[in-house]
Amino acid sequence: MTTATTPPDPPRRPSFVRRLSIWLFPRRRLQVGLLLSTPLGWLTIVYLGSLFILLLNAFWEKDTFTGNVEPFNWTLRAFELLINGEAYRTVALRTIAMAALVTVTCAVLAFPIAYYMARIASPRVRNAMVVAVLMPLWAAYLVKVYAWRTIIQGNGLLEWVLNPFGIDGPSLRAISNSWLVLSYLWLPYMILPLYAGLERIPKSLLEASADLGGKARTTFRRVILPLSFPSLVAGSIFTFSLTLGDYITPDLVSDAKFIGNVIYDNSSLGNLPLAAAYSLLPITIMIVYLAVARRLGAFDSL
Amino acid sequence: MVESRLARVLLRIASGGVLAFLYLPLVVVVIYAFNTSRIQAWPPAGFTLHWFGEAANNPQVIGALVNSLLAASLATVLALVLGTLAAMAVHRYSFFGRQTISFLLVLPIALPGVVTGVALQTTFITFGIDFGLMTIVVGHATFCVVIIYNNVIARLRRLPSSPEEASADLGGDMWTTFRRVTGPRLGTALMSGALLSFALSFDEIIVTLFTAGPGTQTIPLFIFASLQQPRELPVVNVVAFVLILASIVPVWLATRLSGAETAGARL
Repeated sequence: MTTATTPPDPPRRPSFVRRLSIWLFPRRRLQVGLLLSTPLGWLTIVYLGSLFILLLNAFWEKDTFTGNVEPFNWTLRAFELLINGEAYRTVALRTIAMAALVTVTCAVLAFPIAYYMARIASPRVRNAMVVAVLMPLWAAYLVKVYAWRTIIQGNGLLEWVLNPFGIDGPSLRAISNSWLVLSYLWLPYMILPLYAGLERIPKSLLEASADLGGKARTTFRRVILPLSFPSLVAGSIFTFSLTLGDYITPDLVSDAKFIGNVIYDNSSLGNLPLAAAYSLLPITIMIVYLAVARRLGAFDSL
Repeated sequence: MVESRLARVLLRIASGGVLAFLYLPLVVVVIYAFNTSRIQAWPPAGFTLHWFGEAANNPQVIGALVNSLLAASLATVLALVLGTLAAMAVHRYSFFGRQTISFLLVLPIALPGVVTGVALQTTFITFGIDFGLMTIVVGHATFCVVIIYNNVIARLRRLPSSPEEASADLGGDMWTTFRRVTGPRLGTALMSGALLSFALSFDEIIVTLFTAGPGTQTIPLFIFASLQQPRELPVVNVVAFVLILASIVPVWLATRLSGAETAGARL
């Protein structure tokens, strides 16, 4: 036997990573700290830090001659402008109303198709429909807005369809275009969570309702609607928030100003403290919205 | 079945109508990409492939495409690291403020993009940071973290932790355990998260308009700028056509990775 003659390996010092692992093993708090430090550091510094600087800017004076913001020159002028300016109130109400309208429209359009996918379609058709809803969701945002622009504008498809009936097409200035296009854009975001929510309702509950004499309408109102409500709220987070912050679509398909347009117009050229102060409005609305949605159980449906 | 026959027929018609509504604008743009006329009037004037050549040789399009791919890749890599670390911490340990961390991670996509945009722009200006590709990446990575986080934590919740413990018992250190046990088990979750994050970044305009410098153009910025110049629209049609075709790729990949059921579930 030749193996007996080979000298044994000298005992090796464990590698650095190994020693570190052993040392870290009982120190769970430190493990969490190490794992969290990078992502939390990033979000705190980059995101919360930016939001904080934005907040500060809302309270800073703007030099009337140079247009530059003077840091640490505290004033409430931006808020005074916003509260006294009738136009800002109109824009805010218009945006919030549009966000609500788009959310309701999406919910109404999404319910039948989500219901069909979840409860009626065969598994094959269902999978095909999920893919069919996903595709337009992944298609580029601007492509979709641009497509609608070409449909709505003069000599476009819409006019070609409507003119034989003696109806004029809408102009590219009408605010109803924004309603149409925003509802189109966010519709898949409502269909998918709603479909997932409807699919989770056990079939036995619907049968039980029917056995107990519930007509289709009663079953819908008392069983299906309450059980799918959290997913409806989950979808509405997307439709509401995305509408609230959009400033491209209203600009491209109508000439209505939204909160986002005022913020964008003022951020680079105009009045930064005003833009900063105005952006506190969508932030507040969304934080309240998220808190309510969370209470309604929407986060479990995401 | 609880639904009456009439209800089922009506639901079928409504579903078909919604699907037609979802595809109508995409079909219109695809048709316009082959239109001979520079003017987008319906019906199209004739059929041509001329604009495809024009788009492929347009230096602005090429530059914007390169920038978009770069920004989306960098933002996704950053988000992969940050999101996976956060998910592992939140899943594996219970500590004070765990709920707050999930909330903080969701905030960048839950708050309107215009807020994120104006906040980042203000900060960059305040600290005198030059606008360019890097500022775009920072903005995109911030809202992509939650995408990766959601995908990874959903997977971790479904997996038992015993293989990791076994690896540690068998003498695997942290890095070995991650590389040989945790990593492979997260594989498809990381991939579908990365895919979604890449697509979101590639498509993003609301935040990008605030964080891009005047010299840096991405594909959405190129389209947005071209909409003001009617002469450029035939090229935009071609870009739009390619983007619509490209959106089939992530859907196909996502359905292969995790089944159609979950492809859209982890938004």
